[in-house]
Amino acid sequence: MKKKFTHATIEKSPMLLLVLTLIVVAIGGLVEIVPTFLIKSTIEDVKGVRPYSPLELAGRNIYIREGCYACHSKMIRSLRSEVERYGHYSLAAESKYDHPFQWGSKRTGPDLARVGGKYSDEWHRLHMADPRSVVPESVMPGYPFLETTPLNYRNIGGALKALSIAGVPYDAEAIENAKADLEAQATPFADTDQLMQRYPKALARDFDGNPAMISELDALIAYLQMLGTLVDFNAYETTDFKQ
Amino acid sequence: MAATGAPGHRIPGTMTTASWAVVASLIAGALLFIVIAAKAQDAPMAAHAWLFTLAFAAGALAIGQRHFNALERGPAASEEVHYNDAVVKAGVIATLFWGIAGFLVGVVIASQLAFPALNFDTNFLNFGRLRPLHTSAVIFAFGGNALIATSFYVVQRTSRARLAGDIAPWFVFWGYQLFIVVAATGYLMGVTQSKEYAEPEWYADIWLTIVWVTYLLVFMATLARRREPHIYVANWFYLAFIVTIAMLHIGNNLAIPETWTSSKSYALFPGVQDALIQWWYGHNAVGFFLTAGFLGMMYYFIPKRAERPVYSYRLSIIHFWSLIFLYIWAGPHHLHFTALPDWAQTLGMTFSIMLWMPSWGGMINGLMTLSGAWDKLRTDPVIRMLVVSVAFYGMSTFEGPVMSIKAVNSLSHYTDWTVGHVHSGALGWVGFVSFGAIYCLVPWLWKRERLYSMALVSWHFWIATLGIVLYITSMWVSGILQGLMWRAYDAQGFLEYSFVETVEAMHPFYVIRALGGLLFLTGALIMVYNCWMTIKGRVRESEPLQMPVRAAAQPAE
Repeated sequence: MKKKFTHATIEKSPMLLLVLTLIVVAIGGLVEIVPTFLIKSTIEDVKGVRPYSPLELAGRNIYIREGCYACHSKMIRSLRSEVERYGHYSLAAESKYDHPFQWGSKRTGPDLARVGGKYSDEWHRLHMADPRSVVPESVMPGYPFLETTPLNYRNIGGALKALSIAGVPYDAEAIENAKADLEAQATPFADTDQLMQRYPKALARDFDGNPAMISELDALIAYLQMLGTLVDFNAYETTDFKQ
Repeated sequence: MAATGAPGHRIPGTMTTASWAVVASLIAGALLFIVIAAKAQDAPMAAHAWLFTLAFAAGALAIGQRHFNALERGPAASEEVHYNDAVVKAGVIATLFWGIAGFLVGVVIASQLAFPALNFDTNFLNFGRLRPLHTSAVIFAFGGNALIATSFYVVQRTSRARLAGDIAPWFVFWGYQLFIVVAATGYLMGVTQSKEYAEPEWYADIWLTIVWVTYLLVFMATLARRREPHIYVANWFYLAFIVTIAMLHIGNNLAIPETWTSSKSYALFPGVQDALIQWWYGHNAVGFFLTAGFLGMMYYFIPKRAERPVYSYRLSIIHFWSLIFLYIWAGPHHLHFTALPDWAQTLGMTFSIMLWMPSWGGMINGLMTLSGAWDKLRTDPVIRMLVVSVAFYGMSTFEGPVMSIKAVNSLSHYTDWTVGHVHSGALGWVGFVSFGAIYCLVPWLWKRERLYSMALVSWHFWIATLGIVLYITSMWVSGILQGLMWRAYDAQGFLEYSFVETVEAMHPFYVIRALGGLLFLTGALIMVYNCWMTIKGRVRESEPLQMPVRAAAQPAE
C-alpha cells in the first residue's frame, strides 16, 4: 500500500519540517521587499538630494550613537495635521542616501525631518547643553559633553569609502578630500569652493560658538541644520509625487 | 557531537576530536582579537576585542578543566541516557538574572521620562543609550535565555533523548551570554546601529550568527535522535522560531564596517528599502522571538502543569502554519503614511488583520487545554500565571490588528499607545508565560518536592498584574491623548497645541507608568527569592503541601 502524505509525514522528519517552515516564512518577505528594489517609482525623481558632507555625516553618526531615534522621528506622514506642523511630508528620495534609515517609530520629542533652519545655532547649543534652559517642559536629556568633546574624524575618508561600497555616489575625489572638506565646513573663513561644488547648499561656519576646536557639537548642529532643506518643494506640484 | 558515540568507549566530558577543534578555534579567535585590539580604530572596539580575547581564553581553559575533572571522576556508573539538565539550570539562572537587570533598566528609563533630571546629563546613562539596553535586556537576554533554556528542556523530554553535542549546548549558552554582554556594554559606550531591536554592531552580529547556527544544529540533531515517532508540537514552534530568527537576523544586519578594526558600520540598504527590511525584521522579532518561541513554551508547560492533553491537534496544525506564513507579511504596518509605497502599506495592513485568526487559534488551544481542570486556577497560582499570560496574548494579538488599520494607526503611531501595546504583550504574555515555566522548572530541575512558597507565587502574580494594569492603562490614556492633541484644531482652523504642550500633558501618565514598572520589578524580585530558596532546598513550613510537583517529568502527549 502506498503511504499517503499527511501532516504526520512532516511530524516525523525534522529536515522536512525545517525546509517547509523556511519556505513558508520566506514568501512574505520576498513578495514585499524585492519589488521595492525593482519598481522605479518607489523613489521619486527630485532635484537637490545629495550625499551628506563629511561634517554632516559625522554629525549623523553622533545622532546614531546617542540613540536619538528612540524619541525623534524623521518621517513626516502624509496627514494634514503633520504637514501643517512640520512641513511637506517626507519623500522616499530624501532618505535615499541614509544607511541606515532613521525614520524612527516614537515621538517623545518632535519630528526632526525638516528641523534644518528652524532654530539658530545658538539655540541648538543652549538646547543641547541644557534642554530645559530653552524649553522648560522638555524631558530630553542634556548633552553638555558634546561641545567639550573634540570630534574624532581621523577615519572620515574610510566612512565615505564604506558608504560608497553601499552605493552612495561618493567619488574617489570626495573620499580623498573628506578630511579637508570636513575642516573647511567647520572653520570660519575657510576656502569652501570645493566643498560647495561637491555638496551644494552645505552650510559652512563655526556651529558651536568655539572656533578653536571642531567639536562633536559642531558636527551634530551641522547635521540638524541641513535636515529637510535639500529639496525645493516650491518647484514641484503634489501630483509630481503620486505613485 | 562526540557524545553520540557508543557510551563506555570514553569517559564523558573528556577531550574528543570535536572538543580539540573547539579549543583550537577559540585560541585562533583569541589571537585574532588581540590583533584587532592592537589595531582598533576606536576605544569601544579595543575594549570589546579584549573582552572577546578573555572570553575565548576562558572558554578554552574551561574545556581543559572539564577534561581533567572528568578523568578524576572516572567512567559513569550506569550507561543509561541522562538528560543534559545542567545547561538548562544555567539557563534558568541566567533568565532570572537578566530579567531583573532588564526590568530595572526599564524602571530607570521610565523614571527618566517622568523626571528628566535622572539622565544626569552623562554620555553613558542618558535615555538614548539606556533604551536599547532595556529592550535588548528584556527581549534577547531575559526572553532569549528563557527560550534557549526551555527549548533545551522540552526537546529532550518530548524526544526522550539527550541534548545533542558535548560542548555545543554549553557553547550556545556561554556564546549567547557573551553576545549579550558585548551588546549591552556597546550601547553604554555608544556602539549602536540605531536600528530598533537590531542595535548591536556588525561584529556582535557575526558572533550571534555563529552561536545561533550552533543552536539550530543542536536542536535539529536532538530531534533527529528522538525516540518518539512524532515531533511534539512545542518543538515545531521552537524550530520555526530558531530558523526564522536566523533568516531575519542575517537579512537585517547586512552592513559594511568602516574598517575591520572599527566598531562602526553602515547598513547595506538605503532609506526606504532599509526601513522595510528593518520592520520585516522588527515585526517578526515579535512574531517569532516573542510569539512562536513562547508558544512552544505554552504548548509544553500548560498541558504539563494542568495534566491535560493539548485541546486540539488539528487546531495546532492549522494555527502553526497560518501563523508563520502570515506573520512575515505584517511588517509594513509600522510604516503607514510614510514614504513606503502605498501598496506595501496596504498589504501589510491586510495581513496584519488576517493574523488575528491564527493568533486566537493559539490562544484558544492554550486556554481550552484547561478543560476539565479549571479548578486549578483557584488552587495553583502557577497555572493562574500561565493562563493569564495566554489571556494577555489574546488581548494584545487583538489590539495589534486593530492598530494596524491605517485609520487607527494615524492616531496611534508615534505615541505611547504603541509602547503600551508592546508591554501588554511583553509583560503580560512573554513575562508571565516565562515566570510560569520557571516556577515549573525550578523544582523539576533541582529535584525539589515543591516550590519554597506558593503564597509568594500568588503575591508575585497579583503585584505584577497590578503593575501591568497601571502600565497599559496609563499608556492608553497618554497615547490616545497625545495623538488627539497633535491633530486638534481650534475654531480658526489652526493647530491647537504646540508640541511641547503635548509633552507636558504626558507627565502624570509617565509617573503612573514608572510605578507600574516598579511593581512588576518587585514581583520579579519575589520570584527570584522564591526560586533561590527552592534551589537551597527550603520549604516554607507554615504552608500546607497542597500542590505537590512531580519530580520526574514525562513527555507530554
